[in-house]
Amino acid sequence: MRPGIRDPFGRSVAIVGISESQCGRGVELTPLQHQALAAQKALNDAGLNKSDVDAVMTTDVVGLPSLKVAEYLGIKPRFTDTTITGGSAFVVFVERAALAIAAGLCEVVLITYGSSLWSDRSRLSEQAALDPRMSAAQFEWPYGDFSPISSYSLAAMRHMYEYGTTSEQLAEVAVASRRWAMLNPDAVLRDPITVNDVIESTMIASPFHKLDCCLMTDGGGAVVVTSAERARDLRRSPVFLLGSGFSATHLNITQMEDLTVSGAKESGRQAFARAAVTPNDIDVVETYDSFTFSVILAMEDLGFCKKGEGGQFVEGGRIGPGGSLPTNTSGGGLSYTHPGALGIFLVIEAVRQLRGECMSRQVPDAQLALVHGIGGWLSTHATLILAR
Amino acid sequence: MSEKRPLPIPDLDSAVYWEAAHRREFLLQRCVSCERFRFYPRSICPYCFSEAFEWKRLSGQGTLYSYTVIHKPPSPAFRDKVPFILALIDLAEGVRMMSNILECEPNSVEIGMPVEIVFEDVADKITLPQFRPLQP
Repeated sequence: MRPGIRDPFGRSVAIVGISESQCGRGVELTPLQHQALAAQKALNDAGLNKSDVDAVMTTDVVGLPSLKVAEYLGIKPRFTDTTITGGSAFVVFVERAALAIAAGLCEVVLITYGSSLWSDRSRLSEQAALDPRMSAAQFEWPYGDFSPISSYSLAAMRHMYEYGTTSEQLAEVAVASRRWAMLNPDAVLRDPITVNDVIESTMIASPFHKLDCCLMTDGGGAVVVTSAERARDLRRSPVFLLGSGFSATHLNITQMEDLTVSGAKESGRQAFARAAVTPNDIDVVETYDSFTFSVILAMEDLGFCKKGEGGQFVEGGRIGPGGSLPTNTSGGGLSYTHPGALGIFLVIEAVRQLRGECMSRQVPDAQLALVHGIGGWLSTHATLILAR
Repeated sequence: MSEKRPLPIPDLDSAVYWEAAHRREFLLQRCVSCERFRFYPRSICPYCFSEAFEWKRLSGQGTLYSYTVIHKPPSPAFRDKVPFILALIDLAEGVRMMSNILECEPNSVEIGMPVEIVFEDVADKITLPQFRPLQP
């Protein structure tokens, strides 16, 4: 390696600042105001100033997102990344930040996300924001494709057919998420629910009922990443990146070869190998719960259980509070918040757990966290392994 | 949100496909080099990268790989269609595509069922390839 270039893993890079903006429904902030507020709070959390930031990473589906944010904040970055991989992007950015820092291209990376999805819901349709030249516009939308819901439904139906996964097992994920949300004062939905409540909620697209689907909210978040040396003098104890992995297998659901096996298999394999740990070592999991099924599929593909056994795995409260594999401890996208993309909130919650800041939902002695972001239509997968 | 059903806008890759569908013909590209069919139409083979292809007529038969019954209309245009079946079809020629399953009650659709093509005119010049349960 050239002088100045280091291994990006193995505790050489750390997350040192995190914050949400304000999440909820009807939050009166524009997407840029969400990012400004979250950036300010995350830098304050780190004990860093705006002038310390020399890299900005964010994304959106339109425009020049990193320039939009950098200019709004008055930052002239020497490194930016706007990788558009859907909701996983903010997990990918932690890896990109580590690479850029390890290569000496920048030192303090600010990752932001902000959305007024809930407040804008009457003004924007998701498909209107997508490129009308993408192949789905010709070969999926005319059929009443309803992605992401329909893509994930098609995968869930195939999984149920091949492995006998049941609606009750899907519902277990929603129940676990709600039990965590009941311990999180900031969660949007905090009323207790049962498996029956999920199954009796309105059918949206089989097998998904309303309570199998993530929320729609407003919100934003920011994460600050820097080198281990710089982290030493900062306000909070650093959370180190031990390993990361990424895989993109397709864009449109018609091009996904086997709907029961996702790119999480590959991204997880990479992350575990780089971190030199195994699923057994993980204390807490934060994985993208766009739908209940997303969690079951991720559990299998990340190696927490065998292929086809994800449904049984989530039974009996295993992933809920007090269970043996605490998962989505904030309440996740199903119960806490989901302003269009969840990635950054997965990272924030994992850092909070590893810092021991989670109060009544704290996983005792959490040392090692796995973060898994999913983007598009089961298209992109990004895995991080973080340690305190 | 538009009241109109989203319609395909044919492009340089897909014009032949949509023109054929409008004539009630089901054509897809087959690579001249590796002889594999591909879906959706594109200028290069995603398996062997050859640019040589020919449009071939398909049997119009396949099996249902997966489906979902859509209950909540994706847009106002689908309000009077729900519940409807959105499916992935494995065509006999080895490629997969999305379609609706017409002429089939949502509670009698099954993964693995044999299906066959039908054509649905949805606009002046636009005809969608659709599928229905294989008729005896």
